[in-house]
Amino acid sequence: MRPSVRRPVTARAVERPASAVPAALGALLVAALIAAGCGGSREDAAARGAAAGDSLAVHARDHAIRALTTFDTGKVTRLPDGRTLREYWVDAEHAEIEVAPGVRFPAWTYNGAVPGPTLRCTEGDSVIVRFTNRGSMPHSMHFHGIHAAKMDGVFEQVSPGETFVYSFNAEPFGLHIYHCHTMPVKMHIARGLYGVFLVDPKKPRPKAREMVMVMNGFDTDFNGEDNEFYTVNGYANVFFRDYPIPVKRNELQRVYLINITEFDLLNSMHTHATFFDVYPTGTSLTPSEYTDVVTMGQGERAILEFTYKHTGRFLFHAHQSEFAELGWLGQFEVKP
Amino acid sequence: MSTAKGPSAAQVVLAGLLPLVLIGAMTAWFLAGGAERLGLVQPPIEKLAIERVVFRTQEIVLHVRNEGPGPMSVAQVFVNDAIWDFSITPGRELDRLKGATISIPFDWIEAEPYLLTVVSGTGIRHTREVEIATATPVVSVKTLGVFGLLGVYVGVIPVLLGLLWLPFLRSIPRVWLDFWLSFTMGLLVFLGIDTVSESLEILERVPEFLNGLMLIALGTLGAFFGLVGLGRVLSAKGADGNRAAAGSAASGMGLALLIAIGIGLHNLGEGLAIGAAYTLGEVALGSFLIVGFTLHNTTEGLAILSPLIERKTSVRDLVLLGIVGGAPTILGTWTGAFTYSDPLSLLFLGLGAGAIFQVVWVLARGRATKGEPVVEALARPLNVAGLLAGFLVMYATSLLVAG
Repeated sequence: MRPSVRRPVTARAVERPASAVPAALGALLVAALIAAGCGGSREDAAARGAAAGDSLAVHARDHAIRALTTFDTGKVTRLPDGRTLREYWVDAEHAEIEVAPGVRFPAWTYNGAVPGPTLRCTEGDSVIVRFTNRGSMPHSMHFHGIHAAKMDGVFEQVSPGETFVYSFNAEPFGLHIYHCHTMPVKMHIARGLYGVFLVDPKKPRPKAREMVMVMNGFDTDFNGEDNEFYTVNGYANVFFRDYPIPVKRNELQRVYLINITEFDLLNSMHTHATFFDVYPTGTSLTPSEYTDVVTMGQGERAILEFTYKHTGRFLFHAHQSEFAELGWLGQFEVKP
Repeated sequence: MSTAKGPSAAQVVLAGLLPLVLIGAMTAWFLAGGAERLGLVQPPIEKLAIERVVFRTQEIVLHVRNEGPGPMSVAQVFVNDAIWDFSITPGRELDRLKGATISIPFDWIEAEPYLLTVVSGTGIRHTREVEIATATPVVSVKTLGVFGLLGVYVGVIPVLLGLLWLPFLRSIPRVWLDFWLSFTMGLLVFLGIDTVSESLEILERVPEFLNGLMLIALGTLGAFFGLVGLGRVLSAKGADGNRAAAGSAASGMGLALLIAIGIGLHNLGEGLAIGAAYTLGEVALGSFLIVGFTLHNTTEGLAILSPLIERKTSVRDLVLLGIVGGAPTILGTWTGAFTYSDPLSLLFLGLGAGAIFQVVWVLARGRATKGEPVVEALARPLNVAGLLAGFLVMYATSLLVAG
């Protein structure tokens, strides 16, 4: 049994986040046309502009919060040999997203937002991912895991409009990632094509409150050299400003932490006023270290487990202060 | 008369208006989306100018302007590459050429460098570097006094001191007169080039759409031909009133006044530069720099004197000339310190350069005897020596104002 997960109310709002933006924009367009027909005033125009911006902001905020606790466990069927088959649907889509308040970013996404969905399964499951490229150039899905050459997402590029079916057994258990492996890979990752691939061990980990945190950066001016903003789950400072993460004192917290930051060599996470057990790559059930800072290169990931002894508000952030002050900052609100 | 066969007044008006109407129609069509229909529209390149940075107690204020071809928005502000809170008036959305004021609460530190970045809605960074942060002066009796005094030291006193050379100039042999007038030309040529060079430095900061180079040209040509015209009016008046003064206005008090006006405009520009540089934290106005400017500008007094050597001049007139030449410096330091505007400075510096070159032109013509080409007159040994000596003196004193 998978431990139950506390979700923010907003998390249930939309199943496929991508559909919200076109719908909202469409509604706005209709509103704009009607207003234009009626000779809308300047104030109307300003209000529409603000609304359009706000809808992107709302979407970015909701996606970041939702990504924290939403796991796509696929469509489950039982195979004749008794194993579990999980089917997932992932689309590559080009979409405009917001990465910091007011800052838009023409992203390349899995399922309309950055990061893509967290695909979750159990060790030994048979996994099928139906990947459709709805973008305007070739893309792919390269899974970190053990699989056949044809399923590696490198030499089998998927052209726009085409569908590719990735099929493999989930191994090894641990915290993994998937990302586009179309060249230039640097650009396809910097644009947002990545997500979490979580393989649970057959014997589940202890019950805990679970969170997914994807550390990334956005090169909004596309100079191809550095990031303007650093985020967790795609929206700068979202867990500091919009949604301090509620935590129960003494409840076991488990963070699935991924570093997919492009351009910078390292990213890190530091928790205030508590220490955590580190399970590098999540491939062992024995922690490697008890610390309060973990630092990782691109593609590295780790499971962190901790509890809070005291109530109150506690920061967590990159311990590269520069990243922290460019958007990688959050807080836990610990309550009794 | 051939008017009967010529076009009627209405026809003339129509002929004049027709091109305008057609241009208007074409403009309207393009603005109404014609350019898009032709497929000429490309994604606009954003440009945001951070025109002015003001440092107040625990606050940094940025004056920004959208100088790109389309509308844009201000999304985030970084101070030294860290996201910072800010407020913006009148609003984040900036139409083409619209400006806004961004206020950043920040505990800045005196004399430290700052990197100020405005991130637009499309994620583009627009950056301005401040080399040394200093509190931007606000208008008060004290600061007016300080910057006024600065202008007096740098502009008024040196010019007046230079005028004290009059008895000396009168006592030296007449043969040397040519030398001194050419010497003055040398001084002025240096000042003219210096003025242009100052304006070119400012040009880099002026938004492209304002076409700063043409502002300099407008000032230069305007002052040059304006003063040529003024000179004619002055000499014509002399001819009407006093025969003895006819034709000599451009060589006596009239010329001295023209030189003083030109130098005054130059000093206005110099004052602007000093006030602004101080405000922008680009120079530390140490006593050495002030001494440098003082010595440098003393030679300007000398330049004003040259047309007065052979005529009686009252002390009142001398003081007047000194003030015309020197006092604009005060105006400059005030303007530069409190309401610095790069485009306006360009115009003023252009005027200064034009005025100075006009005086050089008058002096050069004065070197020639009747019928002698100006260039040949200037090539006489005494004139060449004077010109070079004047230039070198300016160059030497300018070394005191390095930077």
